[in-house]
Amino acid sequence: MPTSSIRQLPKTEMILPGTRSCAGCGLMLTYRHALKALDEGKTIVAVPASCMTVLHGVYPITPVKVVCINNPFAATGASATGIVAGLRATGKTGYTVVAFAGDGGTYDIGIQALSGALERGTDFIYVCYDNEGYMNTGTQRSSASPVGAVTSTTPILAKLQHKKDMVRIVEAHNLPYIATASPSFPFDLYDKFKFAKDVKGPRYIEVHAACPPGWGFPNKDLVKMGKLAVETGIHALFEISEGKFRLTSRSLALAEKGRKKTVADYVKGQTRFRKISAENLSRLQDFTDKRWNDLLERHFKDNP
Amino acid sequence: MGRIEIITANTAAALAAKLCRVQVISAYPITPQTPVTEELAEMVENGSLKAEYITVESEHSALASVVAASQVGARVFTATSANGLLYMHEMLHWAAGSRVPIVMACVNRGVGAPWTILNDQQDTVSQRDTGWIQIYCRNSQEVLDSVIQAYRVAERIQIPIMVCYDGFILSHTSTPVDVPSQEEVDGFLPPLEDRSGMDGHTLMNVNPLILSDPRPDPEGRLMPGYMEFRYRLQQDILESVNEIKSADEEFSAIFGRSWGASVWTYRMDDAEHAMVSMGSLASECTLAADQLRNEGVKAGVVGVRVYRPFPRVEMVESLAGLKTVTFFEKDVSYGYQGALAMDAKAAMYDSEHRPLISSYIVGLGGRDVRPDQLAQATLKCVGGETKHCWLDVRDL
Ligand SMILES: Cc1ncc(C[n+]2csc(CCOP(=O)(O)OP(=O)(O)O)c2C)c(N)n1
Ligand code: SF4
Repeated sequence: MPTSSIRQLPKTEMILPGTRSCAGCGLMLTYRHALKALDEGKTIVAVPASCMTVLHGVYPITPVKVVCINNPFAATGASATGIVAGLRATGKTGYTVVAFAGDGGTYDIGIQALSGALERGTDFIYVCYDNEGYMNTGTQRSSASPVGAVTSTTPILAKLQHKKDMVRIVEAHNLPYIATASPSFPFDLYDKFKFAKDVKGPRYIEVHAACPPGWGFPNKDLVKMGKLAVETGIHALFEISEGKFRLTSRSLALAEKGRKKTVADYVKGQTRFRKISAENLSRLQDFTDKRWNDLLERHFKDNP
Repeated sequence: MGRIEIITANTAAALAAKLCRVQVISAYPITPQTPVTEELAEMVENGSLKAEYITVESEHSALASVVAASQVGARVFTATSANGLLYMHEMLHWAAGSRVPIVMACVNRGVGAPWTILNDQQDTVSQRDTGWIQIYCRNSQEVLDSVIQAYRVAERIQIPIMVCYDGFILSHTSTPVDVPSQEEVDGFLPPLEDRSGMDGHTLMNVNPLILSDPRPDPEGRLMPGYMEFRYRLQQDILESVNEIKSADEEFSAIFGRSWGASVWTYRMDDAEHAMVSMGSLASECTLAADQLRNEGVKAGVVGVRVYRPFPRVEMVESLAGLKTVTFFEKDVSYGYQGALAMDAKAAMYDSEHRPLISSYIVGLGGRDVRPDQLAQATLKCVGGETKHCWLDVRDL
């Protein structure tokens, strides 16, 4: 049974007040629900350089009640493999090893180590929280940034290229479980982490984590912005379990009935799109539609 | 009891790792290190070594994975050469900064570009400032023994160690090596004490590697900041000479072989002229010293075994008061000179009896070095002519 009420979530908070993330941070909300689903005192997270490092705080003060092993930016997949191997070699059992990296640490610099870990079949959950840019270093473009977004390294022309389709790259590694999620749909996110916890082998969860300062919207609009991303099809919610594809939550509802909102509805609330040209807006709409139609087709094929 | 086997230095390194009962191995192949990765993989697959073998996709990942495995309490091993080592550069700092007792075999090879697969020591010498202890071996026996000693030292002081040996000259040349029994090694090297902070099944929610300034933890204890952490690493590396020495002494009591801790000497008792070098080149210098002795020149050799921490005191003791000192090394600190000569001269600055000094860069990228060349270069210095130059380079 999918979670449908806040009362079904564990009351334990693994993240205490006092994190160093910004107000209204999508990563923070993601992490909070993910840890509720994962933690029974036996979660070890591998964290590369990113906003996540900042969220965890400066030793010896950390507001997060899980063990965090910091690793260099490019090394997340390899660190996770090392943790898993080290635990096995020393007979420590029952731990869930989770890597938590940003889109830069996943799509760009960390893709080699991630691919290696997936191919090796490392028994871990790799989470990419996608805030569509290098936020920790001040909003530079990553290969996850959408076309038309102004970033500090695409300050004048805005980003010219579409986002990389990371989930497809990951899927080419034949994982037992892949999911996308959004902190704006916390029950769906919680259920996916809960499910992933008990799957053996490499699992990949990509979370669309909105970022108020990086995207340019008011802190209070975090949940709204995340919802809009799903309702426009910019970020679809689905899971691929043993190769079987299934839209979930609001994306499933959209597929069955209802209509996607337009990308224009989504971009207008964010200052990073302040320079988007009509041409790029239509490129972004086409890109979104094509991807959404592919997902729909796949969903109905696998779930006739 | 040990047994004599005719093996290469690569096999000696792999066997040593096995005898040390390493629990996690991760390595990426590169000539001339490759046989180490292959032999360990075979041992793990045929069940003669009970360990996790991680087949990684790069050297950066090789070191990243053993750092992480070490952090959760496993004894780990890796090996590399040349560009592989340089690809690890970020992780080298990370490993030392994490204070994990990794032992890594570094098979010295010239660094590309341009490509060479043959030997020099530019790869490891250029990593001397990463916070690792560096041991340079003369022969395959020393490689085997040094790996075993290295675990003992690394685990006592929580500092990673590179055991360096020359590509092909040692890595691919078979010589007799006394391979100790498992019982003997177990008697010398205790099982790794688990410092992962996981007591039984509970984990401490610490995040020990982001450090700014000292600040009190929730119990009010002042915890170190970045600079204190770095200071402690420096102090501990400086003090590691004592651990290195006692490891060699205790090793010698059990195995009957001593490698002379940081520095070793050859015919230095009455010497007036010294040749200084590292690795197999230093062994070659002993042949040159014999030649010079036959010619009536009182020459000897000072071999640097441990390059970091730099054996300052031992260097001064063995070199002060000599008439001449000639350095031979297979590396260069570009824009200055040979790194070993540079370091040694800095150590000797305070000495009252300063010898004449020459230094030579030799044998880069496998260029052959003959004892008679070393002897001739030394004779120049003996004759009062000091030089800082490259030996046997063709000035085109
Ligand atoms: C090798 C290396 N290059 C660059 C950096 C600087 N750096 C730290 S975090 C970061 C961006 C992180 O972006 P992302 O992974 O998307 O995470 P976010 O900050 O958005 O949470 C960069 C470029 C680094 N730490 N290491
Ligand atoms: S910059 Fe964005 S992702 Fe980073 S902490 Fe702030 S809100 Fe979160």
